Amino acid sequence: MMEAVKVLDAKGMACPMPVVKTKKAIEEIESGEILEVHATDKGAKSDLTAWTNSGGHELVDQTEENDVLKFWIKKS
Amino acid sequence: MTKSITTDELAKRVVNREETLILDVRNTDEFDDWKIEGDSVEIINEPYFNLLDGVDAIADNVNKDQEIIVVCAKGGSSKMVRDLLEEEGFTHAYDLEGGMKAWSEHLEPVKIADLNDGGSLYQFVRLGKGCLSYMVVSDKKAAVVDANRMTGIYERFAEEKGVSIEHTIDTHLHADHISGGRQLAENTGGTYHLPDKDAEEVTFDYASLEEGTDITVGNTTIQVQPIYSPGHTIGSTSLMIDNKYLLTGDILFVKSIGRPDLAGKAEDWVGDLRETLYSRYKELSDDLIVLPAHYSFVDELGNDGSVKARLGDLYQRNSGLQVEDAQDFRKMVTENLPPQPNEHDNIRQTNMGKMNPEAEKQREMEIGPNRCAVHG
Repeated sequence: MMEAVKVLDAKGMACPMPVVKTKKAIEEIESGEILEVHATDKGAKSDLTAWTNSGGHELVDQTEENDVLKFWIKKS
Repeated sequence: MTKSITTDELAKRVVNREETLILDVRNTDEFDDWKIEGDSVEIINEPYFNLLDGVDAIADNVNKDQEIIVVCAKGGSSKMVRDLLEEEGFTHAYDLEGGMKAWSEHLEPVKIADLNDGGSLYQFVRLGKGCLSYMVVSDKKAAVVDANRMTGIYERFAEEKGVSIEHTIDTHLHADHISGGRQLAENTGGTYHLPDKDAEEVTFDYASLEEGTDITVGNTTIQVQPIYSPGHTIGSTSLMIDNKYLLTGDILFVKSIGRPDLAGKAEDWVGDLRETLYSRYKELSDDLIVLPAHYSFVDELGNDGSVKARLGDLYQRNSGLQVEDAQDFRKMVTENLPPQPNEHDNIRQTNMGKMNPEAEKQREMEIGPNRCAVHG
């Protein structure tokens, strides 16, 4: 797995904040770099996936452990 | 001025067929799966995350002085989008409190009829999910049929009417929604009735709902006569009230018929379903008013917001009742079925008492349409 340059902790946040914060965080990294996002809101799963696609970014990987959802998003 | 509307207000508008423009900001997969519907409802979908950099996509299509109700999954994103719209000059932007989750739980009571001996029959329309449940009220007593999980709604309604709920009845073991029947009976000290054949694996005590065993509501002669009508489940039982109202459960709907496959037994039960629809019900009076446990399409709602039809009329125009050939019928109800309801197996396990999910998990399990019907 490629190393994330930044980790966003969105645990405990409710919709829409995980996506809003992810959008801000991705603006702060360079194209090709990876952002790691941690969230607990179940809706984040489908919303972050859909947002990633609509923004042209790439969802490199995602996991779910102990109710924590983790996403690795590569900036386009 | 309040900038939110409640599910109660929205339900009244849908039932009264008031022109309503809805902006659904959930992602498109969820929107395509399940959304607010109504004859007078216009709905557009634009996921909230596409509106973070600007609401041009909406402003291009909607006048800024037009009323628009923003809806999301739980009520958080819709408030944000409503604020964004306001900042862009929309003067009549509202959000739906609680989102689709709250919409899924709203029940709209509609009076169906006054019964003989002074009682009344009410239908509770669950607009967000297409579930129909019933309350028979007579002489300070009540029975609730096919109760939904939101038991407080029936309890408050009974309190308003000054009646106590003595019986709760499920026409069958439900697979699309979590039954409130057992809980409601517990809360009110009533008796929970379920057909034996659907209750073989249940973990709790119940009273058998059996053909020929009437249930009396109040001191008057309103009786509920169970009629064994298998097909959707092996134990499915219809109820007759006042010799005029036929509660068909998930066997016969207004525009469709029940599907036999939700317990994984389509092949076994298709014969029962045909027998019930093409023989047993046919022997009943054409003038019976059919009151089903579901509807699929919003145009099934009548002018008063209720869902009902004359049995004789259904034999003329319900496409599920027009299939002469038994093989064609078998094919129709076992092939090309719509997707099964979300979590239907876990919902059945919960209704049997084998699973006891927390309240929040139960809400999530029920999200989505009911999909209990086969449309011929």
